[in-house]
Amino acid sequence: MRLEVGITGKTFRSAAGGTHEVLAPIKFALQSGEVGVLIGPSGCGKSTMLRIILGLDRDFAGQVARPPEARIGMVFQEPRLLPWRSVEQNVRLAAPNISDAKLSELFRILELEAHRSHFPGELSLGLARRVALARAFAVEPDLLVLDEPLASLDDALSGRLRDEIATLVASRPVMTLLVTHSIDDAVRLGDRLFFLSPRPARILAEVPIAIAREARGDAAIAAIKAGLARQVQGEQGDDDAGPDVS
Amino acid sequence: MLRLVSFALFLAVWWTAALFVGGAKLPSPPAVLDVMIAEAASGALFLHLGATLARVALAFVLAMSLGSAIGYLMGRVKLADRLGDPWLILLLNLPALVVIVLAYIWAGLTEAAAIAAIAINKLPTAVVTLREGTRALDRSLDEMASVFAMPRWRAFRHVVLPQLAPYVAASARSGLSLVWKIVLVAELLGRPNGVGFEIGVAFQLFDTPRLLAYSLTFAAVVLVIETALVQPFEAHANRWRPRAA
Repeated sequence: MRLEVGITGKTFRSAAGGTHEVLAPIKFALQSGEVGVLIGPSGCGKSTMLRIILGLDRDFAGQVARPPEARIGMVFQEPRLLPWRSVEQNVRLAAPNISDAKLSELFRILELEAHRSHFPGELSLGLARRVALARAFAVEPDLLVLDEPLASLDDALSGRLRDEIATLVASRPVMTLLVTHSIDDAVRLGDRLFFLSPRPARILAEVPIAIAREARGDAAIAAIKAGLARQVQGEQGDDDAGPDVS
Repeated sequence: MLRLVSFALFLAVWWTAALFVGGAKLPSPPAVLDVMIAEAASGALFLHLGATLARVALAFVLAMSLGSAIGYLMGRVKLADRLGDPWLILLLNLPALVVIVLAYIWAGLTEAAAIAAIAINKLPTAVVTLREGTRALDRSLDEMASVFAMPRWRAFRHVVLPQLAPYVAASARSGLSLVWKIVLVAELLGRPNGVGFEIGVAFQLFDTPRLLAYSLTFAAVVLVIETALVQPFEAHANRWRPRAA
């Protein structure tokens, strides 16, 4: 399967009557088994782009080719769980065909076993995010979209969840699109990194990472990050809107 | 327990007032109870109460289902809202008496006319409440359902309905009280049975004990239905909410 994004532009009309350009032309493709990472400053239009890719926003110029039979798993920025359904029901409603064994396995990996019958209002944000991850993985997606899934979690927890995402992504062929602010997450999870400009967003640089995800040790990751930093500094000479690697 | 105290207080006030005013205008509780027992023994009380309850149930179900559907449509579809709004305002402000009299004139003194008139009176409030509920639906959850490709019915049942439940409960609550009030007027004006008819007869004879016997039995039935049906439904619909202090 293959996701092809060919957006030629997206504007939106504000209440005051002006038109704002949110997205400049953006073109990229993603294969099964690949993790693409979108990195860009806040408010650059990443979420708008995701909404277009997911088919939630059809008012744009260009086209997005996504296999019509592709199952989508999505982790929104906020968990977006149904507050009136238990954790288990939230997952089962999105993935009605999941087997009991698979569900138990997923809950075990994400350490949610004790919370199966809790309502989302009784969970911390960290737990709710894990439920959202469980829901996205439970549908066995062909396209997995993660919109800052690890934001506002402490380092230890986000590290563990990142490893879990890596495990789950490795367990089946899936096109994954990750939006993040963290270079560390991007380098550890991504196969190809797309650096976006401030609004209207366009792709400043596309950086492939050649080393297989499992083989990336701490030294390799430090080296990739150093390479990125050099590349960014080199680019800043001709483009002052370079990606913010901090 | 507190409810019992409250009820005892009501009886005490009634009894004292009856002593001051005199039995003709305000009979004492035992006098009214006597009439209740006599009417119950003859079967008349149950016949009239049953007729009224059947009308309430039919009109209520009719108005709630129709009103909820129209309200949901008007909340979702802008065109429906624009088209329906003038009718809604007209119906909301039309006095119940006008609807009932017109229904009897146009459809005859029939059961259908009575039930339709009661339902039409309740309909607009259900529409308004459900329209507000639909407008307040969380778009982000709709998006979630759409991304995860939930079939329409499943999304409606698990994403939309739980959000509407408090509005349905509120509309059922206020609607039921409205129907209780209107059904008696409809019966008084054009039905040969029911609590409203009996109250009409009692009024013509200035038979206060009989009037009170029917009114209070009716009020008791309303109270039982509210506590046994409406309140548990509300509690169930809101069980996931953190409890208010």
